[in-house]
Amino acid sequence: MPHAFDEMSSTDGGVRPAYETLQRWLAEVPQDVLDHRRKEAEFIFRRIGITFAVYGEQNAQERLIPFDIVPRILTKDEWSRLSRGLEQRVKALNMYIKDVYSKREILKAGVVPENLVYQNPAFRPEMNGQRVPHDLYVHIAGIDIVRTDPDKFYVLEDNARTPSGVSYMLENREIMLRLFPELFSMHRVAPVENYADDLLATLRSLSPHGGHEPNVVILTPGIHNSAYYEHSFLADKLGVDLVEGRDLFVKDAVVYMRTTEGPKRVDVIYRRLDDDFLDPLAFRRDSVLGVPGLMSAYQAGNVTLTNAVGTGVADDKAVYSYMPDIIKFYLGEEPLLPNVPTWRCREADHLKYVLEHLPELVVKEVHGSGGYGMLVGPASDKAQIEKFRDKLKADPANFIAQPTLALSTCPTLVEKGIAPRHVDLRPFILSGSDKVRIVPGGLTRVAMKEGSLVVNSSQGGGTKDTWVLDA
Amino acid sequence: MRIRIRHEITQRFEPGTRNMAVTVRLTPRAHEGQFILRWALDLNSDCRLHPQEDAFGNLCHTFSVDGPADQLTVCAEGEIETQDTTGIVRGTVERFPPSLFLRQTDLTEVDPAVAALADAIEAPKDDPLAQLHALMVKVHESVEEQEGPTLGDPLSAAEAVKAGTACAGSIAHVFTAAARHLGLPARHISGYVAPETGEEGEGEARHWAEAHVPKIGWVSFDAGRNICGTENYVRLAVGLDAVGVQALRSTGLDVEERISALDGRAPQKLAQAQSQGQN
Repeated sequence: MPHAFDEMSSTDGGVRPAYETLQRWLAEVPQDVLDHRRKEAEFIFRRIGITFAVYGEQNAQERLIPFDIVPRILTKDEWSRLSRGLEQRVKALNMYIKDVYSKREILKAGVVPENLVYQNPAFRPEMNGQRVPHDLYVHIAGIDIVRTDPDKFYVLEDNARTPSGVSYMLENREIMLRLFPELFSMHRVAPVENYADDLLATLRSLSPHGGHEPNVVILTPGIHNSAYYEHSFLADKLGVDLVEGRDLFVKDAVVYMRTTEGPKRVDVIYRRLDDDFLDPLAFRRDSVLGVPGLMSAYQAGNVTLTNAVGTGVADDKAVYSYMPDIIKFYLGEEPLLPNVPTWRCREADHLKYVLEHLPELVVKEVHGSGGYGMLVGPASDKAQIEKFRDKLKADPANFIAQPTLALSTCPTLVEKGIAPRHVDLRPFILSGSDKVRIVPGGLTRVAMKEGSLVVNSSQGGGTKDTWVLDA
Repeated sequence: MRIRIRHEITQRFEPGTRNMAVTVRLTPRAHEGQFILRWALDLNSDCRLHPQEDAFGNLCHTFSVDGPADQLTVCAEGEIETQDTTGIVRGTVERFPPSLFLRQTDLTEVDPAVAALADAIEAPKDDPLAQLHALMVKVHESVEEQEGPTLGDPLSAAEAVKAGTACAGSIAHVFTAAARHLGLPARHISGYVAPETGEEGEGEARHWAEAHVPKIGWVSFDAGRNICGTENYVRLAVGLDAVGVQALRSTGLDVEERISALDGRAPQKLAQAQSQGQN
């Protein structure tokens, strides 16, 4: 595997400018002080109860995502390049989804194959011809970014359904401010604390009928959802009600919330519930998590759902491979952030190449997430590769493959001291009817195991505070 | 043929239910060979009907029963003039290109048995119409239509093939699933069928399928009865499977349906309506 780009140390042994102060500080601080602070951070995380449930594990309930106390630093320049690219990407995602559910010009032009839309399980026929408030579909996007050298940031994945992780971004900063005030006095770090205000302003701007104080609620599947902590955390930060399906009802195509003072009209629902479960009258009949009749209120234009229904048609990994073309088609611009080269196993010649090069590729399920069901060729033994080959042959359309990228590394506190570990970045892009808002940075995920490239928290990945230097 | 239809659905709720949201797909649209002479929806509850068009162009109505209520009765009644079009369906409202109807759903998933059934037909691959006719015969021979209610909770295509007998809607699942497997767009249709002139019976609410043939368009196939649609057929709603065309959707308990679809030219007799359970 090629040598990975380290974001702190250059290959000649020097330190990159953004990390100079941090590097000096790390060199001066004794290891036991760092260890102590790390334990303190863990203690705080436990106390505030920020945990994460991992599906398929026995004692899934109370797991803590490892937090690394060494911040990841981006310069102002790097961030402004990134944020321009993110804004461009989300704009194109929104235009694509609107088109797919209305005029379908991109299909007529043959840029994206029809079956990728119509046969896509995430495509919702119910959304066809349906106008959504302000023509915006993806109001909250999480775009996963990886880096391979000083200048190259790639988009690894678009998350246009219900991306999570923002609570870690906010908690990480809060804990860092508490534990390392001296570091913040040495750096000018752009704040992220305004995310809650930005999110609320975005959600309010999406209200279907304007007005000053639209009623915004967060709809959660309930306490058994792995991201429940985040749902309640955000409701708390935004000062809005956290509701479950049974707290809402629909009357005459208007959504109401049951309150002790009687029904209260709901204008915007930030739903953290998958499409399938939203409304038993329109989707899964057995869903008890949703609100019967919700889609009729939505179709009547009386409520905004964020994100819109059916946005998954834009974010699976097969569509991802068309994103550069999608950007060019709608915006007439070259993508500012390139894609990782991707082989679509649905295409015979691509499949042939992938089958011949399995040991060096990363193969992922088109609809997979959380790092489940993927093959990292270089890190797998022969038996694992052969087993995967059979899966791939049985259902090629379900997979894409990418080269194994040398993800950048960042200094990370491990048992032996400070060592480089691979990272990615998930910035959160908020699209309101008034403007796009992106808090500088995002959630940095770090593969805590030496050499590992899988940063997903469900696979033992940790997180870091992400700093964008203001000067 | 002039067909007089009456379709009454009684939905039971948990006693004392408040704010029950309901969607009904009970209003047919006109197309070539099908003219709506009159049609009306009636509810036994005092609520406001919101007419909507669903994604497939079906006319539906949503409303909320305020309650407390323990049941709701919806009655659709009207008269339709039909002409025989030899099963070819033209002039319909189409919101999607035919290729959308290659989309499989849970109820039309192709398991090895359904695939084997589809692959076993003997018809030239370049003649989709012949393929579809062969498929209809094959499905008709493989799954027998059960006696009794033609609706009810439908089986998936795979379940219906395994069971060997199924209701008309489940047989339509087998047909659509198999046709899609062969690369031919197919869809699920709900509607009514009046008995042949001189034939006994009250007519029925029924599900069948339509498949798309290049240069011809949509053609109806009722594999349960092994025929293409005739002037006795009235087309109500179109969807990807039985759930998509369900006449009434709510989160209530069970449903009772009473249907009559009769030749309107024949002298009226007292309808002894067919009663069908659902849910």
